[in-house]
Amino acid sequence: ADYSPFLGIEKGAVLQEARVFNDPQLDPRRCSQVITKLLYLLNQGETFTKVEATEVFFAVTKLFQSKDIGLRRMVYVMIKELSPSADEVIIVTSSLMKDMTSKTDMYRANAIRVLCRITDGTLLTQIERYLKQAIVDKNPVVASAALVSGIHLLQTNPEIVKRWSNEVQEAVQSRAALVQFHALALLHQIRQNDRLAVNKLVSSLTKGSVRSPLAQCLLIRYTSQVIRESANNNQAGDRPFYDFLEGCLRHKAEMVIFEAARAITELNGVTSRELTPAITVLQLFLSSSKPVLRFAAVRTLNKVAMTHPMAVTNCNIDMESLISDQNRSIATLAITTLLKTGNESSVDRLMKQITNFMSDIADEFKIVVVDAIRSLCLKFPLKHRSLMNFLSNILREEGGFEYKKAIVDSIVILIRDIPEAKESGLLHLCEFIEDCEFTYLSTQILHFLGIEGPKTSDPSKYIRYIYNRVHLENATVRAGAVSTLAKFGAMVDTLKPRVFVLLRRCLFDNDDEVRDRATLYLNTLGGDGAVVETGEDVKEFLFGSLYIPLEPSDDAFDINSVPKEVKTQPLAEKKAPGKKPTGLGAPPAGPPSTVDAYEKLLSSIPEFANFGKLFKFSAPVELTEAETEYAVNVVKHIFDGHVVFQYNCTNTIPEQLLENVTVIVDASEAEEFAEVASKPLRSLPYDSPGQIFVAFEKPEGVPAVGKFSNMLRFIVKEVDPSTGEAEDDGVEDEYQLEELEVVAADYMLKVGVSNFRNAWETMDADYERVDEYGLGPRESLAEAVNAVINLLGMQPCEGTEVVPNNSRSHTCLLSGVYIGNVKVLVRLQFGLDGPKDVAMK
Amino acid sequence: ELCPTIKNILLLDSEGKRIAVKYYSDDWPTNAAKEAFEKAVFTKTQKTNARTEAEITMFDNYIVVYKFVQDLHFFVTGGENENEIILATVLQGFFDAVGLLLRGTEDKKEALENLDLILLCLDEIVDGGIILETDANVIAGKVDSHSMDAGAPLSEQVSLLLFHSSDYPLAKSIATILTYLGLQQTITQALATAREHLTRSLLK
Repeated sequence: ADYSPFLGIEKGAVLQEARVFNDPQLDPRRCSQVITKLLYLLNQGETFTKVEATEVFFAVTKLFQSKDIGLRRMVYVMIKELSPSADEVIIVTSSLMKDMTSKTDMYRANAIRVLCRITDGTLLTQIERYLKQAIVDKNPVVASAALVSGIHLLQTNPEIVKRWSNEVQEAVQSRAALVQFHALALLHQIRQNDRLAVNKLVSSLTKGSVRSPLAQCLLIRYTSQVIRESANNNQAGDRPFYDFLEGCLRHKAEMVIFEAARAITELNGVTSRELTPAITVLQLFLSSSKPVLRFAAVRTLNKVAMTHPMAVTNCNIDMESLISDQNRSIATLAITTLLKTGNESSVDRLMKQITNFMSDIADEFKIVVVDAIRSLCLKFPLKHRSLMNFLSNILREEGGFEYKKAIVDSIVILIRDIPEAKESGLLHLCEFIEDCEFTYLSTQILHFLGIEGPKTSDPSKYIRYIYNRVHLENATVRAGAVSTLAKFGAMVDTLKPRVFVLLRRCLFDNDDEVRDRATLYLNTLGGDGAVVETGEDVKEFLFGSLYIPLEPSDDAFDINSVPKEVKTQPLAEKKAPGKKPTGLGAPPAGPPSTVDAYEKLLSSIPEFANFGKLFKFSAPVELTEAETEYAVNVVKHIFDGHVVFQYNCTNTIPEQLLENVTVIVDASEAEEFAEVASKPLRSLPYDSPGQIFVAFEKPEGVPAVGKFSNMLRFIVKEVDPSTGEAEDDGVEDEYQLEELEVVAADYMLKVGVSNFRNAWETMDADYERVDEYGLGPRESLAEAVNAVINLLGMQPCEGTEVVPNNSRSHTCLLSGVYIGNVKVLVRLQFGLDGPKDVAMK
Repeated sequence: ELCPTIKNILLLDSEGKRIAVKYYSDDWPTNAAKEAFEKAVFTKTQKTNARTEAEITMFDNYIVVYKFVQDLHFFVTGGENENEIILATVLQGFFDAVGLLLRGTEDKKEALENLDLILLCLDEIVDGGIILETDANVIAGKVDSHSMDAGAPLSEQVSLLLFHSSDYPLAKSIATILTYLGLQQTITQALATAREHLTRSLLK
């Protein structure tokens, strides 16, 4: 019964039929039919091989011999569908160029469209003359064909199309509506980067003379753009061009009225006075018999309601009648608008209407409603009970993942922001995971329970829900449940024994991850029976967030690119006073707590873990001049038998990405040192500091000194700053850094003593050494004292580092701990010897 | 991009199968992607009544306007920020032009038998996403005038068209088209020819 002229059509047969194109006596009717069949095949998704397409193309070109207009028309469409290659295009070029100069308008118009579609830049210069003529052709179809082709060609050959400006400008004045529209679109695109020219265009056209509704819509868009861009310089007084937009609200074409109304609602910082006329016309659209108008209006008002809910309240009655609109998109938009504009007293009535409505709309609309209800609840927290109930009811009903996720997300947000809603919300979530088919949602909820549950008045009531997951779910959810249980154990001491019992049962789970987690938590939380206070470190280690965001990345995951050390580094950096956010290196002599930070950092690097206790780290030493391409400073970490250099590197060139960054250290002037390990930096993007470590072995307990020369070596890749994407190929490059010295002071720990004189007296006199040094000419006594303190790297005591003005002699008391844990006290006596020379005892 | 843009125009049958489709956007790079989109659009709109007025829906960040007649389902798709009324204007142009070209017998069978006209119609409405023409009479005129014998005298052609339509508004618009196309004939002349022809055929 279902007759189709294409019933049983087969590609091979049609391609055979296409041989009629080669007949010496062409039958136009037959040929048209074959082309229609070919187009039918293509339209149904059939593809031609390269050979087939070429054969058909060559055959089709023969059809230019026929004078039949209908056939020619099909030939044009066929050529466009075949999108021939460059060398094939040459075959039809002359035929098309002939048609382009034909007296028949239809030939001219279509030949232009075809030729411009398939041509490349080289041919374009040949036909440019004809195109310019065509733009001002008195036949509107020809002019439009040339203008629309110009719009397409502007993407590929802008410099040629820009030369047609004069003709295009003439066409803007055309009396034919569509020509005006196409000309205006092209003219604006030619000038779009010239703000002044666009301004002028808009100013002159808004004075009237645009007839086509489509062109008028374009003009409204251009006007909005001009208003947007001039907004910054023109704060006071009336908005330029507002009158034009407002005038368009009275246009006879609905598309123009709507375009103008929408433009007004989207003005930056629109005032309610400006809004009113636009809202009025949109309100009229709400009761239109045309669904498209109702949809357009309610969608726009819905957006307005987000920023200006009061302006939309006038439409509430019309909006409420739209809840029963046959078109569910319109109904959903109406409901969500009402939810935004409604007041507290209308919430319950609205909820009743929505409950009926929810059952017969698609998930995507439900998501929109859920989002609106969440916002409403945040706006009226007192209504949380009914709104939360609504959410938990729809959570129990049928629905897809996205919909369920939207509900869960909303409940989570409400729990966070409305304290009174917390307990009931958590229980709703608990009930949901009892019967949740989505692993992702179950694990998310379990994680959330682990954070919020222990803080509630009765955390124990959640344990049952969580432990049920361990019985009933897949491994992913079970592992999540184990972590959540452990969190309860860690946070709530009274629950600890019970949690341990449950965790111990998980040790026999048949999944590795579940068992591993249970084992880890039992060991770290002290599940050996004794109830111990869980330390902050353990909590941080177990439940703290990773510094590196777990986002999908194009790079293969590399554990080396996850420097555990960065976790502490930014904290230290924040503490550094007066540090500009250039990210240049680590803090200058950090506060005492950084010892721990550095120690943790170093011990977290497996290669350095066995170096023992960190004795001392130095203040960062700059290895580059300020403002250079790469900023590098180094922190020296002194261990008993090792020294680790931590190079803090920053790449200050936005166009570069450095990879495999290493520091090549030449220790030839540091004989007692031997390089044992080097930890390069995998990648160093712009303005994101990274660390490279190089470790040396040195004789244990010996304050070995030496000079090291450093060379930064890396692969540099160009980065497109606009996209942030790096090229694939990089170039190896080096960058010379300044030398670095390990000096005696590096082995000296600044340790103060409370009573220097007492300490001095109690020390064995046998260990006392007395020497005299001439320090040569110095700027001042104070400068000399400072220099010596820095040289020794010791802690000045009793404020003796301050030298009173104009004093000719000074005694400075220093204390410290030398490597090998040797306490050292120094009494420095400075004296001015002659005009500038300083002597020291 | 400020210029109104059409993403695709679809003509499907009452089972969602393609009669003729045209995509102007790279959003659907493969035939499979296109078919998936068509399936989604069809399922979403299938149960709605889009026979008296054009209907509208929004999904996957597209706006789709649509209208049905018999077993023909017409769709026009635009981006989420497109002016809905512009899209509806294009749809109406397509819908009415196909109605004119199928001469009142608007169903799948007739559409497939005149597929060449429908494909030409699509070609005349939008070029590479840019709206070429929205007036159904002009579109149909451009398509149909091509299928006529170029050798026949103009008055014959006009009469032929009028014979098929035989209602005054359409006759008038066809006459407009002819003048619009630059054929050397004024509206009055065309109408005079038409009236003469009709009178003669009545007297027979």
